[in-house]
Amino acid sequence: MKRYRHAASGILVPLAALAFWQLLSSMGWVNATILPSPTQVLIKWWAYLRPLEVFDPAQGSYLKWCFSGELIQDALGSLYRVLAGFFIGGGLALPLGLAMGYSKVAYGLFNPLIQVLRPIPPIAYIPLSILWFGLGNPPAVFLISIGAFFPVLMNTVAGVQNVDSIYLRVGRNLGASRFTQFTRIILPAATPYIFTGARIAMGTAFIVVIVSEMIAVNNGLGYRILEAREYLWSDKIIAGMFTIGLLGLGIDTVMSRLSSHLLKWHRGLEQG
Amino acid sequence: MTTMDPGSHISIRRVDKVFQSGGQAVHALQAIDLEITQGEFVCLLGPSGCGKSTLLNAVAGFSLPSSGAITVEGTIITAPGPDRGMVFQEYALFPWMTVEQNVAFGLEIKGTAKPAIQAKVDSLLGMLHLQDFRKRYPKDLSGGMRQRVAIARVLALDSPIMLMDEPFGALDALTRRNLQDELLRLWTELKKTILFVTHSIEEALYLADRTVVMTYRPGTIKRDLRVDLPRPRDVASPAFNALKKELSQLLMEEQSRHNQDEFRGAAVD
Repeated sequence: MKRYRHAASGILVPLAALAFWQLLSSMGWVNATILPSPTQVLIKWWAYLRPLEVFDPAQGSYLKWCFSGELIQDALGSLYRVLAGFFIGGGLALPLGLAMGYSKVAYGLFNPLIQVLRPIPPIAYIPLSILWFGLGNPPAVFLISIGAFFPVLMNTVAGVQNVDSIYLRVGRNLGASRFTQFTRIILPAATPYIFTGARIAMGTAFIVVIVSEMIAVNNGLGYRILEAREYLWSDKIIAGMFTIGLLGLGIDTVMSRLSSHLLKWHRGLEQG
Repeated sequence: MTTMDPGSHISIRRVDKVFQSGGQAVHALQAIDLEITQGEFVCLLGPSGCGKSTLLNAVAGFSLPSSGAITVEGTIITAPGPDRGMVFQEYALFPWMTVEQNVAFGLEIKGTAKPAIQAKVDSLLGMLHLQDFRKRYPKDLSGGMRQRVAIARVLALDSPIMLMDEPFGALDALTRRNLQDELLRLWTELKKTILFVTHSIEEALYLADRTVVMTYRPGTIKRDLRVDLPRPRDVASPAFNALKKELSQLLMEEQSRHNQDEFRGAAVD
């Protein structure tokens, strides 16, 4: 019961905002080209979402037809780039971060370079990425990898370095080898940090994918809203923006569900 | 091999420990001589800063003496090992492992076969009344429960020696007494040699065959008192209270030296 009341109160402000927006448009207080009404956006959203062709069994399955709309194709394109970049960047950062956190030698070797490269925003790599990889998916995935790399790296290093020394003492007392210490104590103790890093990396990847699509790719949600501007389709721009927001929310929800499932042993903030 | 008294299990000879703290050399242990026999329950008692934990850590092998030697069954200690299982004050259970995984961990390291691990874990969980909590994570356990798990984890090693560093210090009085009784029962049953650090006089007198009172910095042995009261000990009995009074007196002297140091801002714990 309480949950429903929570949901009800949570929907009040968005509803009021929508009503206000609709009012602005209906009363003709704003130019519809600059700010279209919510209903107009909704209509465009549906047009953007639904398949362009009529269903034709000769062209493939019904499911394939359902996914043939422009919005879905764009969203899938963006999602593919985000995941590819996230796994490449994070996949490289994780072993390096573990090594740097565990070994002072590795830390001393790599840290200076990392500290110089880290403040460069991924977006600053755009010119180089186009020179190196041309247009299309490769430069976008490259940029996203860079965006995902540093959060995972920094958090993994911190996670390993912050393993409570008492756990290592217990490990030595129980006779654990260095390998066992690493795999059974250091690694699990560092996972909360690593997951935080992954979540930040996912957020960064999502920002970078939109920017890189605006510049280097000719599909995807970022490309689509920039394209819509050229035709002055403000309704499509807004529909695209909401899609980006919903996709981002979806990814973050999946990430946080996954991490709270895998870290159910962890005394999180929400449990006090 | 060094010479040792027959029957001596842990032998501490002329042990000194000096460490650097804030640019100052701190003499934590000085000329400690202690012989602990097989199956003996010894409490190290003293104010904070008296080096009782330092001594325990030296026996555990975490920080070796600056000079002198500690031998267990004639072998000099150079590193931590599962022959000297340690129960820590702050439980130190692995939070990512369930109760049974925590207890099994030492056996897995040893390379014990799966069915044998299972059987051992089952019997230990039974012995410590933890059967119903085997799938729980440490965060879902009370302090007393956690310390039971920590004890089970050490018992799983089958080590002849148990080292305990103020293990019940963070527990409420009732849970504490409960675990003390439990520990005495296990000790009688399993015939372990126990070296137990505490700052509670009553705890030391309730548990130990011998209570070793240490001085505040440099840590030396002030008094090695044999407690011959029959168990279970009655903490309200006149004999118990006479000993308690005697130890209080000794401890007070050390505490006041500690306070003076603290007043001068020199105390480092």
